[in-house]
Amino acid sequence: MQKNKRPFFFNPKLTEKIGVSALTLVAFLTVAPIVAVVIYIVILGAPAISWEFITAMPRDGMRAGGIWPAIIGTFYLTIGTAIFSVPLGVAAAIYLSEYAGDNRLTRYIRLAIINLAGIPSVVYGLFGLGLFVIFLNFGTSILSASLTLSIMTLPVIISTTEEALRAVPQSFRVVSTSLGATKWQTIRRVVLPQALPGILTGVVLGLERAAGETAPILFTGAAFFLPRLPNSPLDATMALPYHLYVISTQVPGMPIQIQYGTVLVLMVFVLVMNLIVTLIRSRARARRQW
Amino acid sequence: MSGNKLKISEVLITRGIQFSGFSSILFVLMILYFLIAQGLPALTEVPLGELFNTRWYPIEEYYGILPLILGSLVVTLGASLVAIPLGVLTAIYIAEIAPSWAKEILKPLVELLAGLPSVVLGFLGILVLSPFLRDTFHLPTGLTALTGSLLLGMIAIPTIVSISEDALNNVPEIYRHGSLALGATRWQTIWGVTVPAARSGILTAIMLGVGRTIGETMTVMMVTGNAPVMPDSLRVLFMPIRTMTATIASEMGEVASGSPHYHVLFFIAVVLFLFTLIVNIVASNISSKQMKRSERILS
Repeated sequence: MQKNKRPFFFNPKLTEKIGVSALTLVAFLTVAPIVAVVIYIVILGAPAISWEFITAMPRDGMRAGGIWPAIIGTFYLTIGTAIFSVPLGVAAAIYLSEYAGDNRLTRYIRLAIINLAGIPSVVYGLFGLGLFVIFLNFGTSILSASLTLSIMTLPVIISTTEEALRAVPQSFRVVSTSLGATKWQTIRRVVLPQALPGILTGVVLGLERAAGETAPILFTGAAFFLPRLPNSPLDATMALPYHLYVISTQVPGMPIQIQYGTVLVLMVFVLVMNLIVTLIRSRARARRQW
Repeated sequence: MSGNKLKISEVLITRGIQFSGFSSILFVLMILYFLIAQGLPALTEVPLGELFNTRWYPIEEYYGILPLILGSLVVTLGASLVAIPLGVLTAIYIAEIAPSWAKEILKPLVELLAGLPSVVLGFLGILVLSPFLRDTFHLPTGLTALTGSLLLGMIAIPTIVSISEDALNNVPEIYRHGSLALGATRWQTIWGVTVPAARSGILTAIMLGVGRTIGETMTVMMVTGNAPVMPDSLRVLFMPIRTMTATIASEMGEVASGSPHYHVLFFIAVVLFLFTLIVNIVASNISSKQMKRSERILS
């Protein structure tokens, strides 16, 4: 680099100033639509929210009344997904972090997890249709849909849990083992409690995504409209995201207010999940002993 | 005796954990099996020449999947043009420049976007974005490939931002210090040292983000108009198109199980699976190469 022979736009200080301002602008413009979306939905959805809207059954071909069956359906599906995916995902992560050696099998497992994470949600739907609905004969039901969503959620839970387990310092394990604890006792009493906040974060993020999904439940458990609540895991159910899809594309003459109200409920659900994650994280950071 | 019991339960638990560890492989194989078992019959029921043809009109038994594949590619390309620059630049800003107050604002918002269900974006696409685009560009309909691309771009951004940001944060601090000590400005350090050092991580981020857009279903189905036309020029961005995912989602509910149409839909799923498989394998190879190189350099 020569001295002072450069035109002004090669002035590194000036370039830096302009560049940094431009990047700042880009970053905030990138998130601006998200803020706009939230504000927009809150303003337009709030007037639709009432006790009746939350707790009543839909009436007049869903053009009036409430969205209770969709809310309760999403609740059931989320619980169902958690029942299958949390134990399996956490156990798989424990295997990868505490047991697996650095060998070919482990590499295949990792490749499989990466692939599971990349499979399109609608393909999960087809798989669920083939395996759970038809082959295992569970029918279009909460059970089939939950199982499908569980497999889709697994990679999120496995990778965040593994990360949390690996973050626990090795010395903790060494001390526990040297005191005579077995490997499982060490994991159960030392490693898991330390990693709990990280695991919870992963679980909530995974379930949040599962609860918002539509494509995997389209053919495995979602009902267009049900006049009553599901009363067994083998019943089909309405679900919030699918309900939103139905009332915004499939039902002509849908009052706009009900649509915005439904979006708002769905978004509040997402915001609450995100808030939980943030709280877990900040509390864990404050309490961490290492 | 109780020691023995402890041993047995420990063995059982270990077995259970091992089995869970292998379960992912099992699931991938099962998914592959079910897709292929239902999708391969399409190859015998529909002549190859017709399958890879340009006309998709299942009611009259035209099963040409080319327009669907190209439709997916057009939307994915459009989304990449939006998401790659915005995502990577945002990640660079967050990792290298942003003061902590800006990080506290940006990171939760990006995470919120990642959690927003795709039907919500589709809904806003129908009610807000598509009328806006229709009026701005004087189009007959706002449900076009462009609308889909913009929204899919938003869906890809969180993936690109978070993985690129990790890659940048993993660049050892001594690289930056070395560059700054040689008299480079912070800006020169970012582009001359940090970003090149994180290159493969950023590439992985881009691949995974793009991989997500190929597989996105609900948003695309709601806002792209779903007309299975062959894209012939860039004009197609302003016309309705139809993707592979939207075709499966919208037609699967109505076909008879076991019919040629049913098998073709599963065949499309196989094609989709292969697309994402390739993207993911390439992405994971890039990042493992990076790991090996950094180990070599730092050892």
